Amino acid sequence: MLDTSKTQISERREGDVDPRMNSKLREMFGSLPIVTTSLDKVMNWARASSMFPFQFGIACCSIEMMHTVAIKHDMDRFGAGVFRNSPRQADLMIVPGTINAKLAPRVKRLYDQIPEPKFVVSMGSCTISGGPFQEGYCVVKGLETFAPVDIHVPGCPPRPEALLYGVMKMQEKIKRGESSPVTVKPYEIRELQDWDRDEVADFFEDELEPDTLVMNYTHSPELREVSEVEEGVNPTTPAEPTEGD
Amino acid sequence: MSVVTRRHEEIQEKIENELPDAILDIEEHQNAPAIVANPSRVDDVVRVLKENGYNHLSSVSAVEYENRYESVYHLRRITDDREDFDEINVVAHADRDEPAVQTVSNVFKGANWHEREAYDLMGVRYDDHPDMRRILLPETWNGHPLREEYDVDQPQYTTLEAHANPIEERYEVDEDESALDTMFINIGPHHPATHGVLHLKTVLDGEVVVDVEPDIGYLHRCEEYLCERLNYKYQIMPYPDRWDYISAGMINEMSYARCIEELADIDVPEYAQVIRTLAQELSRIASHMLAVGTFALDLYGELNVIFMYAFKDREIVQEILEDLSGQRLMFNYLRLGGVSYDLPEPREEWFEKIRDFTEELPEKMKEYRTLLEGNELLMKRAEGTGILEPEVAKEYGCTGPILRGSGVGYDVREVDPYSYYDELDWDVVTKDGCDNLSRVQVRLGEVEQSARIVEQCVDILEDWDGEQEIQSRVPRSVSPPAGTENYTAVEGAKGELGIHIVSDGTEQPHRLKIRSPCFSNLSAFSELAEGEYLADMIATLGSLDLVFGEVDR
Repeated sequence: MLDTSKTQISERREGDVDPRMNSKLREMFGSLPIVTTSLDKVMNWARASSMFPFQFGIACCSIEMMHTVAIKHDMDRFGAGVFRNSPRQADLMIVPGTINAKLAPRVKRLYDQIPEPKFVVSMGSCTISGGPFQEGYCVVKGLETFAPVDIHVPGCPPRPEALLYGVMKMQEKIKRGESSPVTVKPYEIRELQDWDRDEVADFFEDELEPDTLVMNYTHSPELREVSEVEEGVNPTTPAEPTEGD
Repeated sequence: MSVVTRRHEEIQEKIENELPDAILDIEEHQNAPAIVANPSRVDDVVRVLKENGYNHLSSVSAVEYENRYESVYHLRRITDDREDFDEINVVAHADRDEPAVQTVSNVFKGANWHEREAYDLMGVRYDDHPDMRRILLPETWNGHPLREEYDVDQPQYTTLEAHANPIEERYEVDEDESALDTMFINIGPHHPATHGVLHLKTVLDGEVVVDVEPDIGYLHRCEEYLCERLNYKYQIMPYPDRWDYISAGMINEMSYARCIEELADIDVPEYAQVIRTLAQELSRIASHMLAVGTFALDLYGELNVIFMYAFKDREIVQEILEDLSGQRLMFNYLRLGGVSYDLPEPREEWFEKIRDFTEELPEKMKEYRTLLEGNELLMKRAEGTGILEPEVAKEYGCTGPILRGSGVGYDVREVDPYSYYDELDWDVVTKDGCDNLSRVQVRLGEVEQSARIVEQCVDILEDWDGEQEIQSRVPRSVSPPAGTENYTAVEGAKGELGIHIVSDGTEQPHRLKIRSPCFSNLSAFSELAEGEYLADMIATLGSLDLVFGEVDR
């Protein structure tokens, strides 16, 4: 039996492990060195070997995703074949298809509904950059603009073999306890009351409730980023003359 | 003078007698004459046309010109007789500053959604329209993107809102409290039974669907906008593959190729025609296999045997098509004036592959039928549910297996032949059931017919002793004469897939409108589902075989 008095959470180790990899078990076993490290490994191995992908068909890529699950390619051979229909039962989100301004807030919400730890494989060129529809007026230029992505599978659409390879790479990453950093988000989805007054509030003030989720969509993310940096940097950078005083 | 020309003159005379000031002018489009109607009387003109047999409104497209907007209506006769088939266009001019045209949604119910789309993308208002809202873009969108003046870089804001009960107001009556006992649920945009990103605003009374409103646009990928900025010759062709992405790419490419080849007067060698026909029918088989498989998925549950069998057969078809075009799903195989490659070498091996498939197919179809029709549970849910009367189907512009499942034998391949269909021996499949089961049975029947066509094409190609010319001479730059326009359709896997191209004399289309069969089929959905059980609504949705790349475009 475990001596509970010795199983404290090690604060020292918290920093260098991705919070997504933290678990109740890890917390429970705390600083027992041998058990902790190997348990982490066991947990990661278990996570990688029994992934529950989230069944979410968007566009063309979802047809190839179905082929990956169905006969011949059979993703279940790699322990990732049981698709769940509810985000609450899934831990791997495969995003197969173009995301437009109308769908993006929904994808974001679905991503948020998946419990931690969660992993994202983006499938196809559209989720990388907008793909062949990049020039379209309402196409979001890549999934990474509003949600973190672990593995990109390029192709239009990728072959089932490519998706299998992508999922296996994801499993390798999980086994090693790695995960991707969260990237810049040009398309932010926030509650109306959290936006700067001048940006959105005037536009929607009379029509919407303050807690409505609103996404700001701009056709060229580069332009948007530049303006955001300028806006963001100026107030937060400490004014140097006052420091000198 | 041909029968068709005489018919057009008769109808023109009739309209002039009945509505003295309604016709302003007659224009000549590539496919048929166009009646330029008085914008405030266009509904009367369309009504007279409907009474005289033009009972199918294919599409409504809005076109922008320097000094005006135009709303173009394409009407056809739904018929199974080639002699009787005919089409006619109606054009209504609208003002440049505040474009407005009288709605025709009181004549054809199917016009409702088409007009909403024209309003959404081009900003043409339709007077007296019952529901003039945006349909594809979010309600909060700023501007009409297909207009010349649209600023693509302006910031836009879209919301994620909880949805209101659409019939709440109707039931705000105090004395009848039992009527308030309804429940509102959102089905989708993420839901396994919606086959994509469809959002259904559903109101239930117990288990019965009282009101359902499809909310589309979650896969709107600006296809028309993009095609209008690309060159005819090579650049547009990859996009049709992505309209109906369920392996029906060959048919979509054909729809574009047919329209522009007629407009720019490009010949296609006979050898290439046969290859095109072969490729299209293989595409149709793959597409119908998926329709049957996912229909069973909705009714039986996850990963059942019909789904697996259907996908096994799809894999075979996709391999054959991959040998031909080099791609599994997005073929990009057709070219203007022909196809891009000759048949794969060694040819005998490839023919053998197709033969093996078609020879095994009758046995497989028998098995599919046993699995579907021998299952009491499935029959209970599919038989007698989702009733679509033929008159209602015509009213909404439903085509394809949906219409043929209601007993109307309208098939573009038969009445308005293209490619090599005219020379081949095959039948149009119809069923009179008008229900979910008959729609699925039509698809099974069409797979067999497609296999027949494929076999004949293979025979022809094997015995081919003429010149194997895969592409005719096409000028380096294709640019149809300025001011010409054309509407043609092909029989897609889901129904009449039409393309309307307006040329301005450059290498890029001035307007390219896609008439998607799924869009019209879905617009009839509330008619099918209201008053049914919720579970039957899911079966109905499965039998419509929607693909959202084509609904939203």
